[in-house]
Amino acid sequence: MSFISYLINGLSLGSVYAIIALGYTMVYGIAKMLNFAHGDVIMIGAYAALISMTQAGLSPVIAILIAVVVCTVLGMAIERIAYRPLSKASSTLVVLITAIGVSYLLQNVALLIFGANAQTFPTVIQWKGVSLAGGRLNISGETIVTIAVCLIIMAALITFVQKTKSGQAMRAVSEDRGAAQLMGINVNGTIALTFAIGSALAAIAGVLLCSTYPSLTPYTGAMPGIKAFVAAVFGGIGSIPGAFIGGILLGIIEIISKAYISSQMADAIVFAVLIIVLLVKPTGLLGKKIQEKV
Amino acid sequence: METLLDVKNLGISFGGLRAVNAFDISIKKEELYGLIGPNGAGKTTIFNLLTGVYRPDSGKVILDGVDITGRKVTDISKAGVARTFQNIRLFRQLTVADNVKVGLHNQHHYTAVEGILRLPRYSRVEKEMDDKAMELLKVFDLEDYADHLAANLPYGQQRKLEIARALATNPKLLLLDEPAAGMNPNETGALMEMIQFVREKFHMTILLIEHDMKLVSGICEKLTVLNFGEVLAQGETSKVLNNPKVITAYLGE
Repeated sequence: MSFISYLINGLSLGSVYAIIALGYTMVYGIAKMLNFAHGDVIMIGAYAALISMTQAGLSPVIAILIAVVVCTVLGMAIERIAYRPLSKASSTLVVLITAIGVSYLLQNVALLIFGANAQTFPTVIQWKGVSLAGGRLNISGETIVTIAVCLIIMAALITFVQKTKSGQAMRAVSEDRGAAQLMGINVNGTIALTFAIGSALAAIAGVLLCSTYPSLTPYTGAMPGIKAFVAAVFGGIGSIPGAFIGGILLGIIEIISKAYISSQMADAIVFAVLIIVLLVKPTGLLGKKIQEKV
Repeated sequence: METLLDVKNLGISFGGLRAVNAFDISIKKEELYGLIGPNGAGKTTIFNLLTGVYRPDSGKVILDGVDITGRKVTDISKAGVARTFQNIRLFRQLTVADNVKVGLHNQHHYTAVEGILRLPRYSRVEKEMDDKAMELLKVFDLEDYADHLAANLPYGQQRKLEIARALATNPKLLLLDEPAAGMNPNETGALMEMIQFVREKFHMTILLIEHDMKLVSGICEKLTVLNFGEVLAQGETSKVLNNPKVITAYLGE
Protein backbone atom coordinates (compact mmCIF):
# COMPACT_ATOMS: atom_id res chain seq x y z
CA MET A 1 0.00 0.00 0.00
CA SER A 2 2.87 2.38 0.72
CA PHE A 3 4.15 1.81 -2.82
CA ILE A 4 0.86 3.09 -4.22
CA SER A 5 0.98 6.15 -2.01
CA TYR A 6 4.57 6.86 -3.15
CA LEU A 7 3.44 6.45 -6.71
CA ILE A 8 0.64 8.96 -6.21
CA ASN A 9 3.01 11.44 -4.55
CA GLY A 10 5.36 10.98 -7.46
CA LEU A 11 2.51 11.62 -9.85
CA SER A 12 1.71 14.85 -8.02
CA LEU A 13 5.31 16.11 -7.99
CA GLY A 14 5.62 15.00 -11.59
CA SER A 15 2.54 17.02 -12.49
CA VAL A 16 4.22 20.17 -11.18
CA TYR A 17 7.37 19.34 -13.17
CA ALA A 18 5.21 18.72 -16.22
CA ILE A 19 3.50 22.12 -15.97
CA ILE A 20 6.90 23.85 -15.66
CA ALA A 21 8.37 21.71 -18.45
CA LEU A 22 5.55 22.82 -20.77
CA GLY A 23 6.86 26.38 -20.47
CA TYR A 24 10.39 25.29 -21.36
CA THR A 25 9.34 23.12 -24.22
CA MET A 26 6.97 25.64 -25.84
CA VAL A 27 9.51 28.45 -25.71
CA TYR A 28 12.17 26.13 -27.08
CA GLY A 29 9.91 24.81 -29.81
CA ILE A 30 8.81 28.22 -31.02
CA ALA A 31 11.54 30.71 -30.15
CA LYS A 32 14.38 28.12 -30.38
CA MET A 33 15.88 29.22 -27.07
CA LEU A 34 16.25 27.82 -23.57
CA ASN A 35 14.71 30.20 -21.10
CA PHE A 36 16.67 29.37 -17.98
CA ALA A 37 14.90 32.14 -16.08
CA HIS A 38 11.69 30.10 -16.28
CA GLY A 39 12.25 28.48 -12.85
CA ASP A 40 12.58 31.86 -11.20
CA VAL A 41 9.35 33.09 -12.76
CA ILE A 42 7.72 30.30 -10.72
CA MET A 43 9.23 31.72 -7.55
CA ILE A 44 7.97 35.23 -8.38
CA GLY A 45 4.52 33.75 -9.00
CA ALA A 46 4.57 32.03 -5.62
CA TYR A 47 5.59 35.28 -3.86
CA ALA A 48 2.83 37.17 -5.71
CA ALA A 49 0.27 34.64 -4.45
CA LEU A 50 1.76 34.65 -0.94
CA ILE A 51 1.60 38.44 -0.60
CA SER A 52 -1.91 38.61 -2.04
CA MET A 53 -3.07 36.15 0.61
CA THR A 54 -1.08 37.14 3.72
CA GLN A 55 -0.64 40.93 3.32
CA ALA A 56 -3.69 41.82 1.25
CA GLY A 57 -5.89 39.13 2.78
CA LEU A 58 -7.35 38.06 -0.55
CA SER A 59 -8.96 34.69 -1.18
CA PRO A 60 -6.76 31.93 -2.69
CA VAL A 61 -8.60 32.04 -6.04
CA ILE A 62 -8.00 35.78 -6.45
CA ALA A 63 -4.40 35.31 -5.29
CA ILE A 64 -3.79 32.70 -7.99
CA LEU A 65 -5.28 35.00 -10.63
CA ILE A 66 -2.99 37.82 -9.47
CA ALA A 67 0.02 35.47 -9.61
CA VAL A 68 -0.94 34.47 -13.16
CA VAL A 69 -1.22 38.11 -14.25
CA VAL A 70 2.08 39.06 -12.58
CA CYS A 71 3.95 36.16 -14.22
CA THR A 72 2.39 36.73 -17.64
CA VAL A 73 3.46 40.36 -17.60
CA LEU A 74 6.89 39.41 -16.23
CA GLY A 75 7.43 36.72 -18.87
CA MET A 76 6.45 39.05 -21.71
CA ALA A 77 8.63 41.82 -20.28
CA ILE A 78 11.65 39.49 -20.06
CA GLU A 79 11.12 38.45 -23.67
CA ARG A 80 10.69 42.02 -24.88
CA ILE A 81 13.55 43.59 -22.91
CA ALA A 82 16.16 40.84 -22.62
CA TYR A 83 15.65 38.35 -25.44
CA ARG A 84 14.05 40.07 -28.44
CA PRO A 85 16.88 42.59 -28.98
CA LEU A 86 19.18 39.58 -29.28
CA SER A 87 17.07 37.74 -31.85
CA LYS A 88 19.50 38.76 -34.59
CA ALA A 89 22.56 37.76 -32.55
CA SER A 90 25.02 35.55 -34.35
CA SER A 91 24.90 32.72 -31.83
CA THR A 92 22.09 31.20 -29.77
CA LEU A 93 24.64 31.05 -26.97
CA VAL A 94 24.21 34.80 -26.48
CA VAL A 95 20.53 34.35 -25.59
CA LEU A 96 21.33 31.36 -23.38
CA ILE A 97 23.83 33.36 -21.33
CA THR A 98 21.36 36.25 -21.09
CA ALA A 99 18.73 33.81 -19.79
CA ILE A 100 21.09 32.67 -17.03
CA GLY A 101 21.70 36.35 -16.21
CA VAL A 102 17.97 37.04 -16.02
CA SER A 103 17.62 34.04 -13.70
CA TYR A 104 20.17 35.47 -11.24
CA LEU A 105 18.64 38.92 -11.57
CA LEU A 106 15.21 37.61 -10.54
CA GLN A 107 16.66 35.65 -7.61
CA ASN A 108 18.59 38.63 -6.32
CA VAL A 109 15.74 41.09 -6.75
CA ALA A 110 13.57 38.66 -4.77
CA LEU A 111 16.30 38.42 -2.14
CA LEU A 112 16.37 42.20 -1.88
CA ILE A 113 12.61 42.56 -1.56
CA PHE A 114 11.58 39.48 0.41
CA GLY A 115 14.82 38.59 2.27
CA ALA A 116 16.56 35.24 2.51
CA ASN A 117 14.35 33.76 5.24
CA ALA A 118 11.98 31.02 4.24
CA GLN A 119 8.36 32.11 4.42
CA THR A 120 5.55 29.72 5.16
CA PHE A 121 3.13 29.42 2.30
CA PRO A 122 -0.49 29.48 3.51
CA THR A 123 -2.86 26.63 2.75
CA VAL A 124 -4.50 27.20 -0.60
CA ILE A 125 -6.40 23.96 -0.90
CA GLN A 126 -8.68 23.47 2.11
CA TRP A 127 -9.94 20.07 1.03
CA LYS A 128 -8.58 17.25 3.22
CA GLY A 129 -8.50 14.74 0.41
CA VAL A 130 -9.71 11.16 0.41
CA SER A 131 -9.01 8.10 2.46
CA LEU A 132 -9.10 4.76 0.69
CA ALA A 133 -8.71 1.10 1.64
CA GLY A 134 -10.03 1.60 5.15
CA GLY A 135 -7.68 4.45 6.02
CA ARG A 136 -4.54 2.71 4.86
CA LEU A 137 -4.21 4.92 1.76
CA ASN A 138 -4.60 8.66 2.31
CA ILE A 139 -4.42 11.00 -0.64
CA SER A 140 -4.25 14.69 0.24
CA GLY A 141 -6.34 17.36 -1.42
CA GLU A 142 -3.21 19.07 -2.76
CA THR A 143 -2.14 15.88 -4.50
CA ILE A 144 -5.47 15.34 -6.21
CA VAL A 145 -5.86 18.98 -7.22
CA THR A 146 -2.29 19.13 -8.59
CA ILE A 147 -2.78 16.06 -10.77
CA ALA A 148 -6.19 17.26 -11.96
CA VAL A 149 -4.91 20.76 -12.80
CA CYS A 150 -2.02 19.28 -14.75
CA LEU A 151 -4.33 17.08 -16.82
CA ILE A 152 -6.67 20.00 -17.57
CA ILE A 153 -3.77 22.24 -18.61
CA MET A 154 -2.34 19.55 -20.88
CA ALA A 155 -5.65 18.94 -22.62
CA ALA A 156 -6.33 22.67 -22.99
CA LEU A 157 -2.87 23.37 -24.34
CA ILE A 158 -2.96 20.60 -26.92
CA THR A 159 -6.37 21.76 -28.19
CA PHE A 160 -5.14 25.34 -28.26
CA VAL A 161 -2.06 24.50 -30.31
CA GLN A 162 -3.92 22.15 -32.66
CA LYS A 163 -7.21 23.96 -33.12
CA THR A 164 -6.73 27.70 -32.94
CA LYS A 165 -5.26 30.26 -35.26
CA SER A 166 -2.63 31.34 -32.72
CA GLY A 167 -1.64 27.71 -32.19
CA GLN A 168 -1.35 27.23 -35.93
CA ALA A 169 0.84 30.34 -36.15
CA MET A 170 3.02 28.88 -33.35
CA ARG A 171 3.51 25.64 -35.26
CA ALA A 172 4.29 27.53 -38.45
CA VAL A 173 6.83 29.80 -36.73
CA SER A 174 8.35 26.78 -35.00
CA GLU A 175 9.01 25.16 -38.34
CA ASP A 176 10.14 28.00 -40.55
CA ARG A 177 10.20 31.48 -39.08
CA GLY A 178 11.16 33.12 -42.37
CA ALA A 179 8.45 31.47 -44.43
CA ALA A 180 5.84 32.20 -41.74
CA GLN A 181 6.78 35.87 -41.83
CA LEU A 182 6.52 35.94 -45.61
CA MET A 183 3.00 34.49 -45.30
CA GLY A 184 2.05 37.45 -43.11
CA ILE A 185 2.41 35.86 -39.66
CA ASN A 186 3.41 38.26 -36.88
CA VAL A 187 6.43 36.33 -35.58
CA ASN A 188 7.26 38.65 -32.68
CA GLY A 189 3.65 38.57 -31.50
CA THR A 190 3.59 34.79 -31.71
CA ILE A 191 6.76 34.49 -29.64
CA ALA A 192 5.41 36.98 -27.07
CA LEU A 193 2.22 34.90 -26.79
CA THR A 194 4.31 31.78 -26.20
CA PHE A 195 6.14 33.48 -23.35
CA ALA A 196 2.84 34.72 -21.93
CA ILE A 197 1.35 31.22 -21.88
CA GLY A 198 4.51 29.61 -20.49
CA SER A 199 4.75 32.20 -17.71
CA ALA A 200 1.06 31.95 -16.81
CA LEU A 201 1.59 28.20 -16.39
CA ALA A 202 4.68 28.93 -14.27
CA ALA A 203 2.51 30.94 -11.85
CA ILE A 204 0.12 28.00 -11.45
CA ALA A 205 3.05 25.63 -10.99
CA GLY A 206 4.49 27.96 -8.33
CA VAL A 207 1.28 27.94 -6.29
CA LEU A 208 0.87 24.15 -6.62
CA LEU A 209 4.50 23.52 -5.67
CA CYS A 210 4.30 25.73 -2.61
CA SER A 211 1.01 24.22 -1.44
CA THR A 212 2.67 20.80 -1.35
CA TYR A 213 6.04 22.04 -0.01
CA PRO A 214 5.01 25.19 1.89
CA SER A 215 8.37 26.88 2.34
CA LEU A 216 9.21 29.75 0.01
CA THR A 217 12.63 31.37 -0.51
CA PRO A 218 14.09 33.27 -3.49
CA TYR A 219 15.78 30.01 -4.52
CA THR A 220 12.62 27.91 -4.46
CA GLY A 221 12.24 28.01 -8.24
CA ALA A 222 15.82 27.15 -9.17
CA MET A 223 15.89 23.40 -8.55
CA PRO A 224 12.38 22.59 -9.85
CA GLY A 225 13.24 24.77 -12.85
CA ILE A 226 16.32 22.69 -13.66
CA LYS A 227 14.45 19.44 -13.05
CA ALA A 228 11.62 20.55 -15.32
CA PHE A 229 14.21 21.35 -17.96
CA VAL A 230 15.51 17.82 -17.52
CA ALA A 231 11.92 16.56 -17.86
CA ALA A 232 11.49 18.51 -21.09
CA VAL A 233 14.71 17.09 -22.56
CA PHE A 234 13.78 13.64 -21.23
CA GLY A 235 10.43 13.73 -23.04
CA GLY A 236 11.89 15.32 -26.18
CA ILE A 237 12.28 19.08 -26.05
CA GLY A 238 9.84 20.93 -28.28
CA SER A 239 7.15 18.29 -27.84
CA ILE A 240 4.17 19.14 -25.61
CA PRO A 241 3.11 15.54 -24.82
CA GLY A 242 6.83 14.82 -24.31
CA ALA A 243 7.08 17.47 -21.58
CA PHE A 244 4.06 15.94 -19.87
CA ILE A 245 5.37 12.38 -19.95
CA GLY A 246 8.90 13.51 -19.03
CA GLY A 247 7.60 15.50 -16.05
CA ILE A 248 5.43 12.68 -14.71
CA LEU A 249 8.19 10.06 -15.06
CA LEU A 250 10.74 12.33 -13.44
CA GLY A 251 8.47 12.98 -10.44
CA ILE A 252 7.79 9.28 -9.96
CA ILE A 253 11.47 8.33 -10.29
CA GLU A 254 12.42 11.01 -7.76
CA ILE A 255 9.88 9.99 -5.12
CA ILE A 256 10.49 6.25 -5.55
CA SER A 257 14.27 6.74 -5.28
CA LYS A 258 13.77 8.84 -2.16
CA ALA A 259 11.59 6.16 -0.61
CA TYR A 260 13.49 3.00 -1.51
CA ILE A 261 17.07 3.96 -2.28
CA SER A 262 18.28 7.11 -0.58
CA SER A 263 16.84 10.57 -0.16
CA GLN A 264 20.28 12.13 -0.64
CA MET A 265 20.83 10.18 -3.83
CA ALA A 266 17.43 10.93 -5.37
CA ASP A 267 18.58 13.90 -7.45
CA ALA A 268 21.67 12.05 -8.64
CA ILE A 269 19.47 9.17 -9.76
CA VAL A 270 17.15 11.55 -11.62
CA PHE A 271 20.04 13.01 -13.59
CA ALA A 272 21.57 9.57 -14.17
CA VAL A 273 18.29 8.45 -15.73
CA LEU A 274 18.43 11.48 -18.02
CA ILE A 275 21.94 10.58 -19.15
CA ILE A 276 20.92 7.00 -19.88
CA VAL A 277 17.82 8.06 -21.84
CA LEU A 278 19.84 10.50 -23.92
CA LEU A 279 22.48 7.86 -24.64
CA VAL A 280 19.84 5.47 -25.91
CA LYS A 281 17.56 8.02 -27.58
CA PRO A 282 19.34 11.35 -28.09
CA THR A 283 16.18 13.22 -29.07
CA GLY A 284 14.30 12.23 -25.90
CA LEU A 285 11.30 9.92 -25.56
CA LEU A 286 8.97 11.69 -28.01
CA GLY A 287 11.55 13.87 -29.72
CA LYS A 288 11.46 14.24 -33.46
CA LYS A 289 14.29 12.94 -35.55
CA ILE A 290 16.60 15.73 -36.54
CA GLN A 291 16.35 15.99 -40.28
CA GLU A 292 19.52 16.24 -42.27
CA LYS A 293 19.32 18.90 -44.92
CA VAL A 294 20.66 17.59 -48.18
CA MET B 1 -3.62 48.43 -68.18
CA GLU B 2 -2.16 50.33 -65.25
CA THR B 3 1.14 49.57 -63.57
CA LEU B 4 1.09 47.34 -60.48
CA LEU B 5 4.77 47.16 -59.57
CA ASP B 6 7.16 49.97 -60.24
CA VAL B 7 10.75 49.54 -59.11
CA LYS B 8 13.31 52.27 -59.63
CA ASN B 9 17.08 52.18 -59.11
CA LEU B 10 16.95 49.31 -56.59
CA GLY B 11 20.31 48.27 -55.14
CA ILE B 12 21.96 46.39 -52.31
CA SER B 13 25.55 45.54 -51.34
CA PHE B 14 26.80 42.71 -49.16
CA GLY B 15 30.16 43.78 -47.80
CA GLY B 16 32.08 44.92 -50.87
CA LEU B 17 29.89 43.08 -53.35
CA ARG B 18 27.28 45.05 -55.24
CA ALA B 19 24.74 42.21 -55.53
CA VAL B 20 22.04 44.26 -57.26
CA ASN B 21 22.66 47.62 -58.88
CA ALA B 22 20.29 50.18 -60.43
CA PHE B 23 17.55 47.61 -61.00
CA ASP B 24 14.39 48.95 -62.68
CA ILE B 25 11.27 47.02 -63.53
CA SER B 26 7.72 47.99 -64.31
CA ILE B 27 4.99 45.36 -64.35
CA LYS B 28 1.41 45.99 -65.47
CA LYS B 29 -1.63 44.44 -63.84
CA GLU B 30 -2.25 40.82 -64.86
CA GLU B 31 1.04 40.64 -66.72
CA LEU B 32 3.17 37.48 -66.69
CA TYR B 33 6.72 38.66 -66.38
CA GLY B 34 9.94 36.63 -66.38
CA LEU B 35 13.20 37.39 -64.61
CA ILE B 36 16.09 35.40 -66.04
CA GLY B 37 19.84 35.40 -65.87
CA PRO B 38 22.83 33.15 -65.21
CA ASN B 39 23.38 31.63 -61.76
CA GLY B 40 24.44 34.19 -59.19
CA ALA B 41 23.09 37.10 -61.23
CA GLY B 42 21.02 38.33 -58.24
CA LYS B 43 17.53 37.11 -59.16
CA THR B 44 16.61 35.65 -55.77
CA THR B 45 18.19 38.69 -54.11
CA ILE B 46 15.68 40.81 -56.00
CA PHE B 47 12.84 38.65 -54.65
CA ASN B 48 14.26 39.12 -51.16
CA LEU B 49 14.37 42.90 -51.71
CA LEU B 50 10.79 42.97 -53.01
CA THR B 51 9.47 40.96 -50.03
CA GLY B 52 11.42 42.92 -47.39
CA VAL B 53 13.74 40.08 -46.32
CA TYR B 54 16.59 42.43 -47.31
CA ARG B 55 16.46 46.19 -46.97
CA PRO B 56 17.63 47.92 -50.16
CA ASP B 57 20.31 50.57 -49.72
CA SER B 58 19.03 52.51 -52.69
CA GLY B 59 15.91 52.80 -54.80
CA LYS B 60 12.15 52.59 -54.45
CA VAL B 61 9.54 49.85 -54.66
CA ILE B 62 6.02 51.06 -55.45
CA LEU B 63 3.21 48.49 -55.29
CA ASP B 64 -0.14 49.63 -56.65
CA GLY B 65 0.71 53.27 -55.88
CA VAL B 66 1.96 52.55 -52.33
CA ASP B 67 5.62 52.92 -51.42
CA ILE B 68 6.66 49.68 -49.69
CA THR B 69 10.43 50.26 -49.77
CA GLY B 70 12.14 48.99 -46.63
CA ARG B 71 8.89 47.98 -44.90
CA LYS B 72 8.80 44.92 -42.67
CA VAL B 73 8.27 41.46 -44.18
CA THR B 74 4.87 41.01 -42.53
CA ASP B 75 3.70 44.44 -43.67
CA ILE B 76 4.76 43.81 -47.27
CA SER B 77 2.93 40.49 -47.17
CA LYS B 78 -0.18 42.36 -46.00
CA ALA B 79 0.34 45.00 -48.69
CA GLY B 80 -0.01 42.21 -51.26
CA VAL B 81 3.26 40.51 -52.20
CA ALA B 82 3.42 36.71 -51.87
CA ARG B 83 6.08 34.29 -52.97
CA THR B 84 7.17 30.69 -53.35
CA PHE B 85 10.69 29.41 -52.84
CA GLN B 86 13.37 27.89 -55.02
CA ASN B 87 13.84 25.11 -52.46
CA ILE B 88 10.30 24.37 -51.27
CA ARG B 89 9.65 25.83 -47.82
CA LEU B 90 6.31 24.44 -46.76
CA PHE B 91 5.43 23.90 -43.11
CA ARG B 92 6.25 20.22 -43.45
CA GLN B 93 4.82 19.06 -40.13
CA LEU B 94 1.51 20.84 -40.69
CA THR B 95 -1.32 19.37 -42.73
CA VAL B 96 -1.95 20.53 -46.28
CA ALA B 97 -5.09 22.39 -45.15
CA ASP B 98 -3.22 24.04 -42.26
CA ASN B 99 -0.51 25.28 -44.61
CA VAL B 100 -3.14 27.13 -46.62
CA LYS B 101 -4.86 28.38 -43.46
CA VAL B 102 -1.63 29.96 -42.23
CA GLY B 103 -1.71 32.03 -45.42
CA LEU B 104 -5.25 33.15 -44.55
CA HIS B 105 -4.28 34.52 -41.11
CA ASN B 106 -3.85 38.10 -42.27
CA GLN B 107 -7.49 38.32 -43.41
CA HIS B 108 -9.32 36.44 -40.65
CA HIS B 109 -9.15 37.57 -37.07
CA TYR B 110 -9.98 36.49 -33.55
CA THR B 111 -7.88 36.91 -30.43
CA ALA B 112 -6.00 34.18 -28.58
CA VAL B 113 -8.40 34.64 -25.64
CA GLU B 114 -11.42 34.04 -27.89
CA GLY B 115 -9.64 30.91 -29.11
CA ILE B 116 -9.00 29.62 -25.58
CA LEU B 117 -12.56 30.31 -24.43
CA ARG B 118 -14.13 29.08 -27.68
CA LEU B 119 -16.29 32.18 -28.04
CA PRO B 120 -18.74 32.28 -30.98
CA ARG B 121 -16.38 34.29 -33.18
CA TYR B 122 -13.82 31.49 -32.87
CA SER B 123 -16.09 28.90 -34.46
CA ARG B 124 -17.37 31.29 -37.11
CA VAL B 125 -13.93 32.49 -38.22
CA GLU B 126 -12.45 28.97 -38.13
CA LYS B 127 -15.35 27.77 -40.31
CA GLU B 128 -14.74 30.59 -42.79
CA MET B 129 -11.05 29.74 -42.94
CA ASP B 130 -11.75 26.01 -43.41
CA ASP B 131 -14.15 26.74 -46.27
CA LYS B 132 -11.78 29.11 -47.97
CA ALA B 133 -8.83 26.75 -47.60
CA MET B 134 -10.83 23.88 -49.12
CA GLU B 135 -11.93 26.11 -51.97
CA LEU B 136 -8.30 26.91 -52.78
CA LEU B 137 -7.23 23.29 -52.45
CA LYS B 138 -9.97 22.28 -54.90
CA VAL B 139 -8.63 24.73 -57.47
CA PHE B 140 -5.30 22.92 -57.29
CA ASP B 141 -6.79 19.39 -57.08
CA LEU B 142 -5.33 18.98 -53.64
CA GLU B 143 -8.57 18.57 -51.66
CA ASP B 144 -8.07 14.82 -51.22
CA TYR B 145 -4.77 15.52 -49.46
CA ALA B 146 -6.20 18.11 -47.05
CA ASP B 147 -5.44 16.05 -43.93
CA HIS B 148 -2.06 14.75 -45.06
CA LEU B 149 1.13 16.21 -43.69
CA ALA B 150 2.72 18.51 -46.25
CA ALA B 151 5.97 16.56 -45.93
CA ASN B 152 4.27 13.44 -47.33
CA LEU B 153 3.09 15.02 -50.59
CA PRO B 154 4.87 14.13 -53.82
CA TYR B 155 7.24 16.81 -55.09
CA GLY B 156 4.98 18.21 -57.80
CA GLN B 157 2.05 18.51 -55.37
CA GLN B 158 4.29 20.33 -52.89
CA ARG B 159 5.06 22.91 -55.56
CA LYS B 160 1.33 23.35 -56.17
CA LEU B 161 0.64 23.64 -52.45
CA GLU B 162 3.25 26.38 -52.13
CA ILE B 163 1.43 28.37 -54.81
CA ALA B 164 -1.92 27.74 -53.09
CA ARG B 165 -0.48 28.91 -49.77
CA ALA B 166 0.92 32.06 -51.38
CA LEU B 167 -2.46 32.79 -53.03
CA ALA B 168 -4.16 32.35 -49.65
CA THR B 169 -2.50 35.56 -48.44
CA ASN B 170 -4.64 37.34 -51.05
CA PRO B 171 -1.75 38.96 -52.92
CA LYS B 172 -1.73 41.49 -55.73
CA LEU B 173 1.64 40.29 -56.95
CA LEU B 174 2.77 36.66 -56.96
CA LEU B 175 6.50 35.92 -57.08
CA LEU B 176 7.47 32.42 -58.22
CA ASP B 177 11.08 31.42 -57.62
CA GLU B 178 12.05 28.72 -60.13
CA PRO B 179 8.69 26.92 -60.13
CA ALA B 180 9.90 24.34 -62.66
CA ALA B 181 13.07 23.41 -60.76
CA GLY B 182 13.42 19.63 -60.61
CA MET B 183 10.51 18.93 -62.96
CA ASN B 184 10.56 16.77 -66.07
CA PRO B 185 9.29 18.16 -69.43
CA ASN B 186 5.77 16.73 -68.89
CA GLU B 187 5.48 18.25 -65.43
CA THR B 188 6.82 21.55 -66.73
CA GLY B 189 4.15 21.55 -69.42
CA ALA B 190 1.44 21.03 -66.81
CA LEU B 191 2.99 23.76 -64.66
CA MET B 192 2.89 26.24 -67.55
CA GLU B 193 -0.82 25.59 -67.98
CA MET B 194 -1.34 25.99 -64.25
CA ILE B 195 0.49 29.33 -64.06
CA GLN B 196 -1.64 30.69 -66.89
CA PHE B 197 -4.76 29.32 -65.23
CA VAL B 198 -3.83 31.03 -61.93
CA ARG B 199 -3.36 34.31 -63.72
CA GLU B 200 -6.76 34.14 -65.39
CA LYS B 201 -8.72 32.72 -62.47
CA PHE B 202 -7.30 35.08 -59.82
CA HIS B 203 -6.53 38.02 -62.17
CA MET B 204 -3.03 37.73 -60.81
CA THR B 205 0.11 39.61 -61.72
CA ILE B 206 3.02 37.18 -61.76
CA LEU B 207 6.77 37.69 -61.74
CA LEU B 208 8.74 34.49 -62.08
CA ILE B 209 12.37 33.46 -61.97
CA GLU B 210 13.13 30.54 -64.26
CA HIS B 211 15.96 28.80 -66.03
CA ASP B 212 13.74 26.65 -68.22
CA MET B 213 13.72 28.58 -71.51
CA LYS B 214 10.80 26.58 -72.85
CA LEU B 215 8.66 27.76 -69.96
CA VAL B 216 9.92 31.32 -70.15
CA SER B 217 9.42 31.72 -73.89
CA GLY B 218 6.14 29.83 -73.71
CA ILE B 219 4.27 31.92 -71.15
CA CYS B 220 6.09 35.14 -70.25
CA GLU B 221 5.00 38.25 -72.12
CA LYS B 222 7.96 40.27 -71.01
CA LEU B 223 11.42 39.52 -69.74
CA THR B 224 14.16 41.15 -67.79
CA VAL B 225 17.62 39.63 -68.10
CA LEU B 226 19.93 40.13 -65.16
CA ASN B 227 23.70 39.69 -65.29
CA PHE B 228 26.11 40.47 -62.44
CA GLY B 229 23.36 42.32 -60.57
CA GLU B 230 22.52 44.65 -63.47
CA VAL B 231 19.83 44.70 -66.12
CA LEU B 232 21.25 43.40 -69.36
CA ALA B 233 18.11 43.55 -71.47
CA GLN B 234 14.43 44.21 -70.93
CA GLY B 235 11.26 44.08 -72.99
CA GLU B 236 9.09 41.70 -75.01
CA THR B 237 10.14 38.07 -74.68
CA SER B 238 10.91 37.31 -78.34
CA LYS B 239 12.99 40.47 -78.79
CA VAL B 240 14.94 39.94 -75.57
CA LEU B 241 15.75 36.32 -76.38
CA ASN B 242 17.16 37.35 -79.79
CA ASN B 243 19.27 40.11 -78.30
CA PRO B 244 22.96 39.29 -79.04
CA LYS B 245 24.04 40.48 -75.57
CA VAL B 246 21.65 38.00 -73.94
CA ILE B 247 22.84 35.15 -76.14
CA THR B 248 26.44 35.96 -75.20
CA ALA B 249 25.67 36.05 -71.50
CA TYR B 250 24.00 32.65 -71.65
CA LEU B 251 26.13 30.80 -74.14
CA GLY B 252 29.44 32.63 -73.99
CA GLU B 253 31.24 34.19 -76.92
